[in-house]
Amino acid sequence: MKEAFQANTQSKCFHCGENCDKNPIFFDEKDFCCQGCKLIYEILDSNDLCDYYNQETSPGKSQKASSSLQNRFDYLDDAEVIHKLVDFRNDKESHLTFYIPQIHCASCIWLLERLYQVNSSIVGSRVDFLKKKVQIRYLQDKISLKEVVQLLSVLGFEPNIRLSDLEQNAKNRVDRKLLTKFAVAGFCFGNMMLFSLPEYFSEVELLGTGFKSLFDYLNVLLSLPIVFYSASDYYRSAWNAVLQRHLNMDVPIVLGIFAFFFYSLWEIFAQGNAGYMDSLGGLLFFLLLGKIYQQKTFATLEFDRDYKAYFPIAVTRLIENREEVVPLINIQVGDVVLVRDEELVPADGVLMSDGASIDYSFVTGESIPVPKQKGDLIYAGGRQKGDPMHLLIQKIPSQSYLTDLWNNESFEKSTKRLLEPLANRISGVFTWTVIGIAIAAFGFWIGKDVAIAFKAFTTVLIVACPCALSMSTPFTLGNTLRIFGKGKFYLKNASVVERLALADTLVFDKTGTLTDPANASIEYHGDVLSLETKSILKAMVDRSTHPLSNRISHWIGKVESAKLDRILEIKGSGIEAIYKDQVIRLGSKDFTKACIQELLEVGNYVFLSVEGIMLGYFHIQSGLRGSVPEVIQKLSRDYELHVLSGDHSHEKEVLSQQLAAEINFTFNQKPVDKLNYLKALDEKGRNTVMVGDGLNDAGALQESQVGIALTDRVSHFSPASDAILDAVSFAKIPSFLSFAKASRNIIKASFVLSFLYNILGLSLAVQGLLSPVLCAILMPLSSVSVVIFTTLATNFVAIRKGLIHINKP
Amino acid sequence: MEVIFILIGISLVLALTFLFLFFGAIKDGQFDDDYTPSVRILFENQPKKSIKDQPKKSKSHE
Repeated sequence: MKEAFQANTQSKCFHCGENCDKNPIFFDEKDFCCQGCKLIYEILDSNDLCDYYNQETSPGKSQKASSSLQNRFDYLDDAEVIHKLVDFRNDKESHLTFYIPQIHCASCIWLLERLYQVNSSIVGSRVDFLKKKVQIRYLQDKISLKEVVQLLSVLGFEPNIRLSDLEQNAKNRVDRKLLTKFAVAGFCFGNMMLFSLPEYFSEVELLGTGFKSLFDYLNVLLSLPIVFYSASDYYRSAWNAVLQRHLNMDVPIVLGIFAFFFYSLWEIFAQGNAGYMDSLGGLLFFLLLGKIYQQKTFATLEFDRDYKAYFPIAVTRLIENREEVVPLINIQVGDVVLVRDEELVPADGVLMSDGASIDYSFVTGESIPVPKQKGDLIYAGGRQKGDPMHLLIQKIPSQSYLTDLWNNESFEKSTKRLLEPLANRISGVFTWTVIGIAIAAFGFWIGKDVAIAFKAFTTVLIVACPCALSMSTPFTLGNTLRIFGKGKFYLKNASVVERLALADTLVFDKTGTLTDPANASIEYHGDVLSLETKSILKAMVDRSTHPLSNRISHWIGKVESAKLDRILEIKGSGIEAIYKDQVIRLGSKDFTKACIQELLEVGNYVFLSVEGIMLGYFHIQSGLRGSVPEVIQKLSRDYELHVLSGDHSHEKEVLSQQLAAEINFTFNQKPVDKLNYLKALDEKGRNTVMVGDGLNDAGALQESQVGIALTDRVSHFSPASDAILDAVSFAKIPSFLSFAKASRNIIKASFVLSFLYNILGLSLAVQGLLSPVLCAILMPLSSVSVVIFTTLATNFVAIRKGLIHINKP
Repeated sequence: MEVIFILIGISLVLALTFLFLFFGAIKDGQFDDDYTPSVRILFENQPKKSIKDQPKKSKSHE
């Protein structure tokens, strides 16, 4: 009932579902909120594609804000740009993949995969929903790349083409080799088990001697792909480790594989026995299964983005008052570029227009735009809010104040000292112990029986092969990764868990990380506001989309808006309204002609004046995230805490009072200072976790043991990091850290378990008692039980820490 | 009992066939994206002509 009533009073756009203004565009018996939405409907209608609207209600995105500049895709005619963007090209067709962030529902998939109905020069298209990517195949003689992009943008799916797309190596090829290797191992293992069964149950004698050797030879044949193909990654990794005079977990595995393989060959061909080929197959099968399980990736997230992933490919350059779209890489010092509303400043430059208002939320995490005057230096990475501005370029994009971070050696090659995984440290001791036992067993038997001596030597190597040992790590970490993912904490790979567990020092960025722009504190100073004034203010701020307006509106609370005679928002300055023939201004100091001295440099000020006389001002400071004091309290018990800030030190006292914990504050930190701060901590031997949010933290995130990028919209924006944390899960940081520690303890416990198996196996092996049947039972049993133990243990701990909830029926 | 030779041969050939079919599926990218196909399967394949009057019909019952 309620919905029907609403539909009568305010019509919703048929395309995007947003409320139409007072004058909806009425077309074909349907309402549209803007020309853009109507245009898309017309195109779809004329191509018989209106089924788009049947997949979901109002599936489109509003076209009100879309840019309508005709020449903005001109750079796509450039042959080199085309060459770098296309994945594949032959005489007729070109294939290329676009990243389209607007993809959000089933209708998007439906429409994007029917582009060929809109334009017959497009051969086909395929959407990958999770990655928000579409691969398009088109006939390059009939349609150009630019026209394809224009078609997509007309339909409301403007692809996001960034500077990093031009780098050919950035093309992500999915690694399918591991899956193939796993398939081969599975095939061989299954068949080997089948051929080995008669042997175990002594059925083979009933069949006659011919069969026995046939089964054995088939097993040898089937073991070849496993040894020479499926296991190849282990050889490479073990060889690299040996070259660096260092033992990792793969060294004992390779030792075991060789022992299995050559001993079985000798058994089968020289002795006429069965050998252990089936156990070898099982070993590789389980090992590769663990590898696949550990490789849980979050396809929608990218962890390796640098500034190139945010900067546009092309910018508008002005030459003698003529606009020209050029690739960003061709921009030189001294060029004048035009930056329009909502566009990113591509390089450091001096403002040549009268005023601008720059939103640095990308860089610092602070979302309130900063006003700039003519002649001010504007740093790259800011976003223009307001009228188009002209910028005289001072530095080329890759040398800018911010992007210069990436020229630091930390980004060149990973120079940071990475903590060694637990398994690698154990494997050193483990390998030498096993070799020691093998030699001792050989020495013991050699005087008595040479055959048994050799058998004991090799079977020790076989049975000690750390299958259970090497499986506990991937399964524990893989499961931890999944549980973190459910808590909206996404790790780049499994090794991050162990580094997280060893952390002893936490470093936080202040702006945007500890403080939340949406959680501002507002103070009003000046004449008391009457209810009438409040209602006028409410009407003014509700018309504006500026973040400060939203906060003031929130502060005023529920007050009926007054009817204003005229209202005008001047971007970068403020709002002007006329009420009962009085001019009311709300905005910057200059705009309201306010005269006031001695303002603190912290926070933002909004002044209110009537007829040029100041009534008062609002002082707005971004407040702490709700959960911050509690989180800091909890963490200060176990960790050394640091807070870095790019701001002035005025806030120090207020902050330390609010947080009430022992924290090392450092203010006035430039991006490079933050990087060096982390480097200094690292050199002191601290294991650091950095939590930051903006591009200015990118250096520090890179330099820390674990860099965690905090973001409000996970798939949207985050600097390169080891982990991405959704801001809603900020309060869970202490639980995440202690869970990482717990999973490290689980790995240790499962090591103990697999050592017990090893002792059992070894005690049989040194006596020369190990038989193929026993091996075939012991090997999978130990692996499977370790896997079950780690999975149950991690889930149990996660439930106790409140990271996963059991749904009660 | 010699029939077992033939049976083993057949079973291996069968298993190999499936293995190579699986390789083909990997190569086609079947395992690269395991979400989109689950949505795609639900789209109706409608004959082109009848689409014109479809939207109005479904709109009335919304």
